[in-house]
Amino acid sequence: MLKLKSKSQDALLFYILRLISILVIGLLLLIIYILFKSALPSIVRNGLSFILKSDWNPVEEQFGALPFIFGTLVTSVIALVLATPISIFIALFMCEYLPKSISRIVSLLVEMVAAIPSIVFGLWGIFYLAPFVKETLAPLLKNYFGYLPFFQGPSFGIGILTASLILAIMIVPTISSISRSIFELIPQHQKEAAYAMGSTKYEMVKLAIITPSISGISSAVVLGLGRALGETMAVTMLIGNSPSITKSIFAPAATMASVMANEYTDANTPMHIASLCYIALLLFIITFLSNLIAKTIVKKLSKT
Amino acid sequence: MNYRTIRNIKNQFFMMTVIMSAVLVLLPLFLIIKFVFTQGMSSLNFSFFTEIPKPVGESGGGMKHAIFGTMYVVFLGALLAVPIGITCGVYLSEFRKSKLSKTLKLTIDLMSGIPSIVIGIFAYLVVVIPMKSFSALAGGVALSIIMLPIIIKTSEEILKLVPDHLREAGLALGLPRWKVILFIIVKGNLSNLLTGIILAISRASGETAPLLFTAFGNMYMSYEFNKPMATLPVQIYTYAISPFKDWQRQAWAGAFVLMILILSMNLFARYVFLKIKDKKGN
Amino acid sequence: MSSNSNDEKIILEAKALEAWFGDFQAVKGINVHYFEKTINAIIGPSGCGKSTYLRCLNRIHEEIEGTKVMGEVLLEGKNIYDKSIDVVDVRKRIGMVFQKPNPFPTLSILENVVIGLRLQGINKRSTLLEIAESCLKKAALWEEVKDKLHSQGTSLSGGQQQRLCIARALAINPPVLLMDEPTSALDPIATAKIEELMNEIKRDYTVIIVTHNMQQAARISDYTSFFVYGKMVEHGLSSDIFTNPKEKQTEDYISGRFG
Repeated sequence: MLKLKSKSQDALLFYILRLISILVIGLLLLIIYILFKSALPSIVRNGLSFILKSDWNPVEEQFGALPFIFGTLVTSVIALVLATPISIFIALFMCEYLPKSISRIVSLLVEMVAAIPSIVFGLWGIFYLAPFVKETLAPLLKNYFGYLPFFQGPSFGIGILTASLILAIMIVPTISSISRSIFELIPQHQKEAAYAMGSTKYEMVKLAIITPSISGISSAVVLGLGRALGETMAVTMLIGNSPSITKSIFAPAATMASVMANEYTDANTPMHIASLCYIALLLFIITFLSNLIAKTIVKKLSKT
Repeated sequence: MNYRTIRNIKNQFFMMTVIMSAVLVLLPLFLIIKFVFTQGMSSLNFSFFTEIPKPVGESGGGMKHAIFGTMYVVFLGALLAVPIGITCGVYLSEFRKSKLSKTLKLTIDLMSGIPSIVIGIFAYLVVVIPMKSFSALAGGVALSIIMLPIIIKTSEEILKLVPDHLREAGLALGLPRWKVILFIIVKGNLSNLLTGIILAISRASGETAPLLFTAFGNMYMSYEFNKPMATLPVQIYTYAISPFKDWQRQAWAGAFVLMILILSMNLFARYVFLKIKDKKGN
Repeated sequence: MSSNSNDEKIILEAKALEAWFGDFQAVKGINVHYFEKTINAIIGPSGCGKSTYLRCLNRIHEEIEGTKVMGEVLLEGKNIYDKSIDVVDVRKRIGMVFQKPNPFPTLSILENVVIGLRLQGINKRSTLLEIAESCLKKAALWEEVKDKLHSQGTSLSGGQQQRLCIARALAINPPVLLMDEPTSALDPIATAKIEELMNEIKRDYTVIIVTHNMQQAARISDYTSFFVYGKMVEHGLSSDIFTNPKEKQTEDYISGRFG
């Protein structure tokens, strides 16, 4: 048997490790390539105006992605607006207001929210959140803000608002756990410096914790956005899946992810399939970019 | 004096807000758990685990096929993802500063951000179309892409915690580096690496979107990797959006079983990780 | 060959040995030789490069990224830095015990002792057991662990763990054993035990020990080197160094006026 010197034996192992690592990088590139290739017929036919066209009618071979982009952005933005302050507050609660042992339990509970499968959120949403929105929340909002166009029209329970609420619940763990890890990096002496000036706790939090963490918090928010954009099942079950653009947040709509989940198995014309792949590609690019942005913010942060 | 009161009121108000937000986050968790448990328990019976679905209109039946299917598909996914994932974790922990490491890290960060539905479409395009059939294998491929970044990340973190002096102790015994890596570092941490795998499995077991057009679904028991296969999440989805009360009850029972499965795996893995970190921290 | 300790045969020799961390030169032009079956102490103020020097003798210094070694180390006349030499064979012949006891955490006491042999392909149980027993005896640990060979190595006390590490190093039977401040993390009683066992193993092995404890060097060593800023100021019989040093710096250090 050939006896290799130990350096060559090591080199063999490293070669294998490197090869597998390159394969994984190759997998990501393959995903991009395959999506692009399958979307190509639709890209050729519809071009970039695909993004701006608002008609989606597979039977008449009309494909415009605007309603889905609209639905995705609106639900994600509403979810972010609701989830961001709450996530930051609960992160502060865990870092500054609770003793370490209880804080650990609370953080475990918050992480449990992240562990609940999306399908269970959807199921709960259909049977409990949607009726709650229809019977309690929507009438309440109409009562107080009914003069605004966003809060007009009937609520069937299922629609933009319900989907946004479930998304907000689902992305809180993402934002809060990252915010928390950022708050924990703040050195004790800076907090003490704030207290030494006679600050109240609120002023200390504002001065010594929130202000220096702004860019970190924004990366957490962007990561939360990435999660919201791509969330499929819960939203599919709660948004009503109608490719329309409306002012009212009670109305049903559809997202990029939900249209894929709904139509992909039934799609039987090549252009329909290619257009769905086009949407998949767009969604991939959007989430890809938002993750990349979050990464760059974090990188800059760790350099300073 | 007056200014001071305003500051104090602000401070108090802020604290109330913080506490309220904690309640707001934990309330849905308790509501979901409560509903899934009460609804699920009352819909659950022995035949849920031993029978396959009955035709519409007949009451009873169960999800034996979907429970088996979930295990089957997740197992296939793990079979693909575990060896590759741990290998990459070893690479990342051994070559921390190489260019390839940085690229790989960026890759898995981006990969873990890909919407699961997009992964489903990818698996459809590369497995279902060439095989001309929905299949358990396609589901396994999709889940493996979801598990991969989790396994890589956790194994890297675990192996990085191995102190350098243990590597040196191995080298000082006259062992080549590859033996130190495989037989001392990796083998010595197998049980910890297993926790990372459990975490990945718990995540994959709950995924629905990537299975919709890969494993697809099936109303009957199937043991074949190249045929459509039912899984718990997809079965729950099918039943949840159906108009039949009986099926909806089955969906709740399925959700209950799925939650127990996933939360227990997840909590177990997290508990072990906390212990590892505590130990290394001292 | 007789095992007479006065048999003055050179086993290890450093020639113009230099070592770097990046741009920082930690070891500067060391020339010294060690006789077979002696205990050789290296003393000096902290940060003087004595540990780095020791780690060059079994080529473990090069495992840290960005480091460099120049010069020669001759083991029985052969340069261990020669290109034709396999580094693994060097380390099999020059064992090492570290500052902090570092038994492999998931392995039992027995497995810790024989892991080096097992990973070299020796799997015969009776052989392994025999070697484990003799090495644990040499490391003065046998009596304390013989009834719990299968409990974890990390369940032992610090001093016992360090003796386990000594047994682990002895199991591959290296003629030379390097010890990098092996007692600095231990209490006086554990330290005394290790010093005692060093006197025993001297009959079969050459020991080179780095220590920050001058009394220890004086108690146990036959020869002592004194290092300052990466240079070897003085090397000689311990009896001479501690009673009648040639260099002013050495005298200042051992009398406590420096370092």
